[in-house]
Amino acid sequence: MMQQGIRSSYDCIVIGAGHNGLVCAATLARGGRSVLVLEAQSQVGGAAATREFAPGFRAACAHLLHLMPADLMHDLGLSAHGLEWAAQSMPTTALVAGSSPLRLEQSALSGADAAAYAAYTGRMRRFAQALVPLLGKVAPRLGTTDWRDRWALLGLGWQIRKLGRADMRELLRIGGMNVYDLLEEHFESAALKGALGFDAVLGTNFGPRSPGTVLTLLYRLAAEFAAGASALSQPKGGMGALCDALAKSALAAGAAIRTAAPVARILVEGDRTVGVELESGEAVAAATVVSNADPKTTFLKLLGARHLDTGFVRRVNHIRARGLAAKLHLALDRVPQFPGVDGAAVRGRLLLAPSLMYLERAYNHAKYGEYSAAPAMEITVPTINDPGLAPQGKHVLSAIVQFAPYALEGGWAERRRGFTDLLLDTLEAAAPGLRASVLGAELLTPADIETEFRIDGGHWHHGELAFDQFFMVRPVPGAAQHRTPLPGLFLCGAGCHPGGGVMGIAGRNAARQVLKQGAT
Amino acid sequence: MMPEDTRAADTAAPHFRQPLLRTPFHARARDLSQVDSFVAWAGYTTVDVFTTMEQEYFAIRNATTLYDLTPMVKYRIAGPDAVPYLNRLVTRDMAKLTPDRVAYCVWCNDAGHLIDDGTVFRLGEGDYRLCTADRQIDWLLDSAIGFDVSVSEVTEEIAALAVQGPTSCAVLKAAGLAGIEKLKPFEIGYFALGGRPVTVSRTGFTGDLGYELWMPPQAAEANWDELMAAGRSRGIRAIGSQALNMARIEAGFLSPHVDFVSAEHTIRVGRDRSPLELGLAWLVDFQKGHFTGRRALLAEHRSGPRRRLVGLDIAGNKPAHNALLYAADDGKREIGSVTSATWSPTCKRNIALAMVDAPYFQTGRTVWAEIYLNRELVWERRMSRAEVVERPFFAPSRRRATPPGEF
Repeated sequence: MMQQGIRSSYDCIVIGAGHNGLVCAATLARGGRSVLVLEAQSQVGGAAATREFAPGFRAACAHLLHLMPADLMHDLGLSAHGLEWAAQSMPTTALVAGSSPLRLEQSALSGADAAAYAAYTGRMRRFAQALVPLLGKVAPRLGTTDWRDRWALLGLGWQIRKLGRADMRELLRIGGMNVYDLLEEHFESAALKGALGFDAVLGTNFGPRSPGTVLTLLYRLAAEFAAGASALSQPKGGMGALCDALAKSALAAGAAIRTAAPVARILVEGDRTVGVELESGEAVAAATVVSNADPKTTFLKLLGARHLDTGFVRRVNHIRARGLAAKLHLALDRVPQFPGVDGAAVRGRLLLAPSLMYLERAYNHAKYGEYSAAPAMEITVPTINDPGLAPQGKHVLSAIVQFAPYALEGGWAERRRGFTDLLLDTLEAAAPGLRASVLGAELLTPADIETEFRIDGGHWHHGELAFDQFFMVRPVPGAAQHRTPLPGLFLCGAGCHPGGGVMGIAGRNAARQVLKQGAT
Repeated sequence: MMPEDTRAADTAAPHFRQPLLRTPFHARARDLSQVDSFVAWAGYTTVDVFTTMEQEYFAIRNATTLYDLTPMVKYRIAGPDAVPYLNRLVTRDMAKLTPDRVAYCVWCNDAGHLIDDGTVFRLGEGDYRLCTADRQIDWLLDSAIGFDVSVSEVTEEIAALAVQGPTSCAVLKAAGLAGIEKLKPFEIGYFALGGRPVTVSRTGFTGDLGYELWMPPQAAEANWDELMAAGRSRGIRAIGSQALNMARIEAGFLSPHVDFVSAEHTIRVGRDRSPLELGLAWLVDFQKGHFTGRRALLAEHRSGPRRRLVGLDIAGNKPAHNALLYAADDGKREIGSVTSATWSPTCKRNIALAMVDAPYFQTGRTVWAEIYLNRELVWERRMSRAEVVERPFFAPSRRRATPPGEF
């Protein structure tokens, strides 16, 4: 469907039709470049594609949209290209065993927690907003004399200075803290603390008591603010529909997209990229190659260490990129019943993280290569908002599961069934009767995510989001501004600043860097 | 879960009992040492001076010397990707290194700054040995990411002895190394010494006629004795590091930690040195394809080095150890410093290696060296005129002659 006239030479090749690759391709095509997107899978979207996991049941690995900037979606005309919303401003509800669920909003809280929540969210919002300018732009370089780098660093300093003395002190105090200690300072309700702490460790290799978890939480909040006010959203047709709209936008701008065309390697001549070779052996020429693949795959597999310096390869090799989040898709023959969760709440996101200790214990197992005995989950039932994802009257449950280590002791082949059973038992406890309604199940462990989506380590951020791996050192110094040491090769994926989640900023910024290089 | 006990007695290494290892030649060196002057080198104790530096130096230039270079760190690099690996590591084109040949090489970090220099021996198909002054297995292993190659340290498996001096070929011939005179500079040959196999390379650190012998540690003492006996009539003498240092300055060779500090070890900004700055541009092959540091070196090559290591011929006869260099004798504008200095008895010149800023490093320019002399506890400062000259200071034709002349 996506094929246009096949040529053997383009200005730019984009490796991978994930959301960042598509945003990059659309932006490049709008900038006047001839662009070819090469996708290994038979459909676009990467880990954000809506896939059939059981006959008639569809789900996307990335299941909620909350980080893509509104202006990006507007600029690329995604509504005109068919993007519709199944739900927006979705609520978050904490599930509490043996007790009524807790809606995460001011009005649902009582007593001291209600007041503390207002103060906490207000302050976190101010901090996050101070970090917003950091997220939208290409990270500045350190130690250069370029006025743009200095301006960007000054701008960040100014944003923080603007917070005022009290907030600046507080930001300095909590910036390096763990989210466990921070939440313990503020709240009484275990359920509230568990739910707020969950977002700090979602998709990471952290427990709530791990250092730096306040920073990951602020980072997520800042990305949400940068995205605009739409908050949690669910595209109609699943996340894949967003990618289809991105693809259409790219095609409309003149880009070509080839699916089922996996790239085997990036071609180099005279110390610059000259194109790519597909696994089929076919070569396609382009002076600029932009990789939406993760940094390790791009540099170590597609390009090869021999075209890079040892120190750079050493840094790439040290990127922490082992996923700790699994994805569970269930085909259900009726809507799951979560006791006490009303009709509005079940349309949103349900968090199974009843306390910070529960999260920390779940994480303990992962530290030693075990999956959590009592896992934490982010659960959605996307078919309530979007019945088209399942046969009539049937439902899909989509859950992010923490924690499931990439390198599980004993191996996933042996222990997949045991973990799936454990997850079903956990869900059965939260939604009695659910187990009996299961028609089909798909568990995507980090190892599966690695294989399925060609992400080295199976980390959905293409590399841990942590203090030592973000901003101007993401993915590594020497490639943090989308340019790489090899002339003509760029990165546009989640491994770049500002990172993963379905955000698209890395794709747009990479395209802008390419366009800045002048005609190729 | 209990952590495994890693202190099991059978895995404990005894190194902490003897911080410096002894080479297989240690007993012989101990017997010959008259001044008990030993120094640490790469984890071993080796001789600094046996008798006097001068006596040993004159043996290098007039007879034959034995120098224990066992502590030289040796790595075996083997595998199908050995050549691409080495080519990515070092700045020279290793594809051009033919079998049984040795190449002097340097390798750099990403910024094009020198990590170390050393020699690469091509011992067989996909089988190489890298000899360096310092251990750097981490850099070598990280450089192996993405290559089908194994890198392992073999320092302790190989004892090594430098046999250097104008009569060295004659001594080896007398010791029974038949055909040694046919061995060309940087060539590797396989010989027998007292019936024991020994590998010989025509390499060295003296800039003179000379060889390096590589052998199993078990054969070390017997080989030493054999050579000493064979060389008696040709003035053979064991030497220490001090005499060798005089000879290597005359030959214009660099010494790590002295003329440059490895970029892996420097702490201060601006203390790293590139091969272009060290006057080793001839070792850098920009045409061979990518190697670590190439992009940075290319940029430096285009803009021109900011400083360069040069030879200095200094007035007077007082070695300019650690001297600061100035543009004029008023001592106002500092333009560099001396890294190695010696009075050269053979050249009868006061020579030095020095790092000099652009544009003063050009051959023929005059600079001024600030030399301090301690005369019976009274310090005197002297501004000595120095001329920038080409290296090496001493390069006798016997060094490369094949066959070497009979002495």
